[in-house]
Parts: sequence; structure tokens; C-alpha cells
Amino acid sequence: MISQPLRNNAGQFKVSVWRGDGTGGRHVDYDVPGLESQTVLDVVTWIQRHSDPSLSYRFACRVGMCGSCAMMVNGVPRWTCRTHVRNVIKGNVLILEPLRNLPIIKDLACDMSAFFEKWDDAMGRFHPTATRSDDVESIRPGSIGRREADAGIECINCAVCYSACDVVAYKQDYVGPAALNRAWTLVNDVRDAARGARLRVVASDAGCHSCHSHQSCTTWCPNKLNPTASIAGLKRQSALAILTGKISLNDE
Amino acid sequence: MIKPHQKHSLWLAALVHRVSGIGLALFLPFHFYVLGLALNDTATLDTFLRWTEHPMLKVAEFGLVLFLALHLFGGLRLLALEFMPWNPAQKTFAALAAALSVFIALLFLLKSI
Amino acid sequence: MLFLAQRISALIMAPLALVHLVLIVYAVQGGLDAQEILSRTRGSIAWATLYGLFVIAVSVHAAIGLRTIGQEWLKLQGTLLNVLTWGSGLGLLLLGFRAVYAVVAG
Repeated sequence: MISQPLRNNAGQFKVSVWRGDGTGGRHVDYDVPGLESQTVLDVVTWIQRHSDPSLSYRFACRVGMCGSCAMMVNGVPRWTCRTHVRNVIKGNVLILEPLRNLPIIKDLACDMSAFFEKWDDAMGRFHPTATRSDDVESIRPGSIGRREADAGIECINCAVCYSACDVVAYKQDYVGPAALNRAWTLVNDVRDAARGARLRVVASDAGCHSCHSHQSCTTWCPNKLNPTASIAGLKRQSALAILTGKISLNDE
Repeated sequence: MIKPHQKHSLWLAALVHRVSGIGLALFLPFHFYVLGLALNDTATLDTFLRWTEHPMLKVAEFGLVLFLALHLFGGLRLLALEFMPWNPAQKTFAALAAALSVFIALLFLLKSI
Repeated sequence: MLFLAQRISALIMAPLALVHLVLIVYAVQGGLDAQEILSRTRGSIAWATLYGLFVIAVSVHAAIGLRTIGQEWLKLQGTLLNVLTWGSGLGLLLLGFRAVYAVVAG
């Protein structure tokens, strides 16, 4: 719903920002000047510059290509630089909190280490096969594998999907939608050497089989990616590999 | 209780699947027990079956049939999602499963009264 | 492994549950009567096989489903979780087979 925040007589609206760290915190309210067109990043920046310089938050590109500014906006993970206040304001209040499912460092900045470690755990790295003396691999862009990979490679690791995921919230070990989406793009890359090992890893308890297909990741991904579809692909491929004996869950 | 990031149809579909599953799992032991009465207590079995004529029981049965249908058709939706090539019409499938379930449950209810 | 067991039991149950639904809608017409039901199930190998299979599949499926719910919503672990899983699975299996026996052999 598109609506302008109701402003008080001074043309301001209320923003409730979570302040604190890993040990705890609380919401602090600020009155922010309402403008015709403003993003949530504009709002956070205004608070830090004009109201409270001790506020900690992250941003970099401010144009929707780095993913640094991700945080919870009225309970939904979003890129603040690409979220207009008028599109998300609810009952005249904007509530800003650090990303869900990640430890908090300070205020709106969270610790992304676990997110990247899980990327690694799901074997999100490319394992090359060719050397510089080999010919360049000829990949047809229209091939099924390449189309599947291309559908998922625009991920910029912003952790919005990770924050939206309820299985990540329930299950400490679950590697999460971003890591699995990445694994899927590599499973579909014919140049990658580690397909078998990667399928074994993602078929583990911490991997794709824990996904319940809620599709919150797909709903909220700002890049319009579809981790649920990627995870479904991994479920198919790993189930097939287990049933045909190509991988065994008992291997280590 | 439902968080903002959960307010979308496919999350609701997943909740319906889980709740219907719980309902069925809780009902089954009772169902099996009643059927087991056919062993040496058909009189009690008949008593139970007569109770099902009561309007409240009819509503309860409607609920159970609805749960079975929702879980079955929702489950088919999930099996298709996981084992067939991805189809973007996810919300449509969820709606179809729900509609078919309500139809069958209503069919049951109207035939039973 | 549990994932595969869950999906395979689901695939087995899909046609069985569908048949069960159709039967329920058909049977409920004109009220439920023990004699009427039992006269159709008594001595039927087909009934025993189909519903016996249904019982096995549902025991596996429900046990795994409840296990997941135990982990995610009830935060159960270790022994308690295993008690829930095996308890529900074996319980449904035993009660279910008894029920099938009751209506087929009586």
C-alpha cells in the first residue's frame, strides 16, 4: 500500500530504531522530517547525521547493487536504499531493526560471519578442472544447466533471504537459502569438479532436505532470485544421486 | 503471532499443511481404536457410529475430511514442487489445492446430512 | 534419508488416501452402520493389502513429520525426540494393524 506518513505539525513522522548490541537493547524513537520522496536509507542517514551520531548502520553503494544496507524494515528484511518510506510505512511508524537470524554487533549492524561460513560449508566455491593450457570450455548459454545456473548467479550475498527463512531460525545448522542457491549454480556448472562432493554435502541434515518450501526467501529477495527453486533442484539431484548409489550419506 | 515476513500465501499454505498433519496424527490413534472395536465389541462400535449422527460430530467429521484433503492435495503440490521442473504458478497451485479440498469436504458434509 | 522416507511414504499414500477420501464420501451416505461396513471388509484380501500398506506408510510419514515438528516447534532433542518419533511410529503401526485385522478378520 502506498501512503505518505502522517506528519505532525512540524512535518515529521516517527521512526523506532533498535539500539543495543549482542547483550541486549531497546527501541528508541526519533522524529524524522517527512519528504515527498525518501528511502529508508535516507531516514537512517538523517537520524545519524542530525539526531544521534552514535547510531551504527551499514551502507555502501546506495543504489541497490551491493546489499550492505539490508535490515528489518517493519519486520521484513529489505535493502533500505531501494525501499521507499511511502511503500512500507505502517500506521505512521517505521520500525528499523538489524537483520534477523544473525548475531548483532551494534544497533543495525549484524555479524555476517555465520552467513559466509555456511556459504563455504555448502561448498559455494568453484572447483576448477581446466588449466591455462586447455582450451576455453564452450558453454552454450541456452543449455538447461547454464540457464539454471544463470537464474541464480546474481546473488550479492545480502542475507535478506537468510533473515526471512524460518528454518534458519529454527535450526542452528541449516546452511540457508543463499548458500544452497549458490551450490545449485555450481552443481549446474559443467566446468566444476566437485559436483559429487557438493551433492553429498547439501544432502546432509544441514542442507537442502530441511527446506520446507515456505518460499519466504523467494518472496523477499530484492534481486528477484528464487532460492526455493534452486533448493528443489538440489533435492531432486541429491535424491537421484542417493537412489542410484552415486553418493552415499555414510561417506565422509 | 504471524510475523510480517511470514505474511504471504505460500507460508500460509505451509502452515495449513503442518496443522492439518498434526490434526490427522492426533486423530489416527482414536480412529484405529474405534475400528479395532470390530474385533470383539461391535456393540460399542455401533454406538460410536450412531454418535456420528450428532450435528457437532458432523462438523468435526467435516473438519477431519478437510484436514485429510488439505494435507493430501497440499502434499501433492509439494511433491510436484520438489520433483518436477519448477513451475512459477506456485500461488495458483496452492489455491487449487485449497479449493479442491474445500469442495471434497463440502461434498462429504452435504452427502452426510 | 528421512527426507527420502518421507517423500516415498507420501507417494505411496497419495493414491491410497485419494481412494480413502472417495470411499468416505461414498460410505457416509445414508449413515454409518457397523454391519454395512464390515460386510464389505470381512475376508477381503484386497482390503487387507491396501489398508495394511496404508498403515505402514502413514506410520513412517507421521513419525517423521512429528519428529520435524518436535525439533522445530518444541525444541526437542536426543532421547525425548527419539521417544516421540519411535513412539508415534510404532504406536500407529500396532494400532493400525490391529484395526485392519479387526475389520478384515474380526
